[in-house]
Amino acid sequence: MHPILKLVAQRIALGLLLLLAVSLLIFLGTEALPGDVAQAILGQSATPEALANLRESLGLNRPAYVRYFDWLGGILTGDFGVALTNGQDIGQAIGQRLGNTLFLAACAAVISVPLAILLGLIAARYNGRWPDKVISGVTLSTISLPEFVAAYFVIFLLTQVFPIFQPVAMVFPGMGFWERLQAVALPVIVLVLVVLAHMMRMTRAAILNVMQSAYIETAELKGLSPMRVIWQHAFPNAIAPIVSVVVLNLAYLVVGVVVVEVVFGYNALGQYLVDHVAKRDLPVVQAVGLIFAAVYIGLNILADVIGIVSNPRLRHPK
Amino acid sequence: MKMPLSALIGLILTGLFLFCAIFAQWIAPYPLDAVIGGVWEAPSERHWLGTDTIGRDILSRMIYGGQITIFVALASSLLSFGLGSFLGFLAAVKGGWIDQGVSRLVDLMMAIPSLIVALVVLSVLPINLTVLIMVMGLLDATRVFRLSRAVAMDITVMDYVEAAKLRGEGQSWIIFREILPNALSPLVAEFGLRFIFAVLFISTLSFLGLGIQPPLADWGGMVKENKDGLIYGKSAALMPALAIALLAISVNLVADWILSRTTSLKGGRGG
Repeated sequence: MHPILKLVAQRIALGLLLLLAVSLLIFLGTEALPGDVAQAILGQSATPEALANLRESLGLNRPAYVRYFDWLGGILTGDFGVALTNGQDIGQAIGQRLGNTLFLAACAAVISVPLAILLGLIAARYNGRWPDKVISGVTLSTISLPEFVAAYFVIFLLTQVFPIFQPVAMVFPGMGFWERLQAVALPVIVLVLVVLAHMMRMTRAAILNVMQSAYIETAELKGLSPMRVIWQHAFPNAIAPIVSVVVLNLAYLVVGVVVVEVVFGYNALGQYLVDHVAKRDLPVVQAVGLIFAAVYIGLNILADVIGIVSNPRLRHPK
Repeated sequence: MKMPLSALIGLILTGLFLFCAIFAQWIAPYPLDAVIGGVWEAPSERHWLGTDTIGRDILSRMIYGGQITIFVALASSLLSFGLGSFLGFLAAVKGGWIDQGVSRLVDLMMAIPSLIVALVVLSVLPINLTVLIMVMGLLDATRVFRLSRAVAMDITVMDYVEAAKLRGEGQSWIIFREILPNALSPLVAEFGLRFIFAVLFISTLSFLGLGIQPPLADWGGMVKENKDGLIYGKSAALMPALAIALLAISVNLVADWILSRTTSLKGGRGG
């Protein structure tokens, strides 16, 4: 077996193992904490009968490990159970919303990734001069903003000061692709702002790191233009770190999406999760939490795999 | 060494925030929950920042809110520091199964975004100040653990630690008298960053309605209360948002300065 295949297979196996451990963590975090789940759902004023009934219907009287394997087995066969609050099938509810969340994240990624790399290249090209200082200064200030604060600044600017957009992002089934794009414009701008800074800074750092190599000096001495040196000699060698930063930021996007969805009342997975945390609807929280964790871990594995595959020393072993 | 202007600005602003937080009860012009005006009044001489969604003075609420926000963030970052650095040093000194056990557990906790973990856990636990501080402190301790373990690993191989061991000093002497003083400067800079992270974290939780609960007020919750005004062009929600941003940026400036100072100290005697 090719050593690189082996490495990749190892990484994926490790990721699956991690996911299993995370499912256990989520389960323990909700069901084994001090305090009674039934009490938490019904509140302090619940009657003993109501508590006993709820415990019975939740199956809380069975030992924890039985419940865990039941839950895990259900999820592996696509059965997420039903929501406590309205008895809806969770799998179905997630299916509808997951698409919306992925659409939002994908739009943000399509804009932010090329933009971040381009800005990173420009900042590296003019390292220490004014374009670099402007780009770094602006991105540094967006880094210290939480998503919802950035969101409200953007809303105020683009719906009040310059009324270009609608402040809510409503999407519903049957909407055309173009209408959908218009509806998510504001949330996408916010998400781009939030992830752009980090990606751009890491791109810049990766390029500057490569720029110290001897072959870059050779290329410069050959008389190549600075942009050509960066594009043809530095960039290919910086691809591995850049790609892994990009993918890690996409993973971060998954979390940013939760808050941004709530800000814009966008009907998707994040909003669904937050709503049901407040309602203490455990099966929903566990299922959606696991999905977010799975996407996050999946993207992290992808970053590792790309890092392995794009490394020529690993690809062509001696 | 001369202090750069950015660090000075950061230090002054941070000091101002801390001052307001400590003396909130005396500074705030109106009580926290007093309805003293119309809904979403514009800033005026009586109400410097206007009034909020049910006519309470925003400036007063922001001063009280800052107290809660800063208190919770400070308490949770102290907890994460105490726990994280102690376990980190212990793992570095002891090695073996303690190191393996704690490190793998931390890997596991860091494999999921903290916000998701917090949401999952808060769906079961009662939401009050103690629980919030504990949850945030524990989640953040994982990051402190990684840093302090890495720093302590470098220190444990130093000759003076070896000397202390040969002298027959105990484990706690090694941790508190040898490692801690030498690991302090990177940890102090990290403390600033963890504090900001805690401010942003508690604000986000409150904004989602899962952090500080009314009648207490904090900045994230105030943004939530006043967010609907934005659609009508009322900027009330932006004030607490601005406070969060300003606090984050000013602490960042100070932490940056401390970090650059300690790295230059490490570099040599010159600078």
